[in-house]
Amino acid sequence: MATEDAGNGFNIHPMDQFVVKPLFGGDVVNWYTPTNVTLWMGLTVLAIVVLLVVGTRGRAIVPSRSQSVAEVMYGFVHKMVEDIAGKEGLKYFPYIFTLFIFILIANILGLLPTAFTTTSHIAVTAVMAMGVFIFVTILGFVKNGTKFFALFWISSAPLVLRPILALIEIISYFVRPVSHSIRLAGNMMAGHAVIKVFAGFAGALGIGAIAPIVAIMAVYGLEMLVVCIQAYVFTILTCVYLNDALHPVH
Amino acid sequence: MAVEGDLVQMGALIGAGLACTGMGGAAVGVGHVVGNYLSGALRNPAAAAGQTATMFIGIAFAEALGIFSFLVALLLMYAQ
Repeated sequence: MATEDAGNGFNIHPMDQFVVKPLFGGDVVNWYTPTNVTLWMGLTVLAIVVLLVVGTRGRAIVPSRSQSVAEVMYGFVHKMVEDIAGKEGLKYFPYIFTLFIFILIANILGLLPTAFTTTSHIAVTAVMAMGVFIFVTILGFVKNGTKFFALFWISSAPLVLRPILALIEIISYFVRPVSHSIRLAGNMMAGHAVIKVFAGFAGALGIGAIAPIVAIMAVYGLEMLVVCIQAYVFTILTCVYLNDALHPVH
Repeated sequence: MAVEGDLVQMGALIGAGLACTGMGGAAVGVGHVVGNYLSGALRNPAAAAGQTATMFIGIAFAEALGIFSFLVALLLMYAQ
């Protein structure tokens, strides 16, 4: 409705790429219908398997290209978990590495032309963020018992301020899954919509389309950066929350 | 001269445009975080590498609020 046809061939539909469609015709989407989301999530998992399982099959001392990519990513996330959540956090490294590589590969595949970005839907990112939130909360209570409440009761602050700070801390604790999921989905959606808007300009301008095409190339490069940074940010925040659960004293 | 069209839709679209001004605040916030990181890093380059993760966390927190305003704009435009 916001992108009506102006009548001179200048029609931009930046949000059409986010529509969930059944793969094999029809309009009804049931829970079992194979849709474009299913396809691109399947391709994401396939790409991860090819990179991590097939790529490292050689187990060479001097790694091949695909093996060194897999090793670099593994080492990167391993170091991140160790630096932020401490040695105890390494027990949960497989979960965090799974989140990181799924988000990273899904984001990168979503940048292919005509692809569907699965991580641009809040339904997808909210499942991951709620998973992290529930996991971290349960872990905090299992590891620390009632000492976990020290996260909200800041003992270094003056006594008068503590109830107010506790209220703020509790609100910020429960907003975590919301901002955690919306940050990723919003970034993906905004970036892809910007590329589509520039593509719409290119379609309308004819020979002058060279300017928006150059702009698309620039935005595409920026998006490549954003895609990696958002996967990194999602993972690092997971580590921070994990650290809060393991060491709740402020 | 009579005004044609849907008044509610006009209000929603104006509101969406106003909501996008919130992104400017996020831009200021992200610039502030990175600028301060850089000025600190130039004073003590040895300590800079250990603080990049903290910088990215700060950027993420500042940027999330800009994304919220973008989300409000989207809701006003598409989800009525």
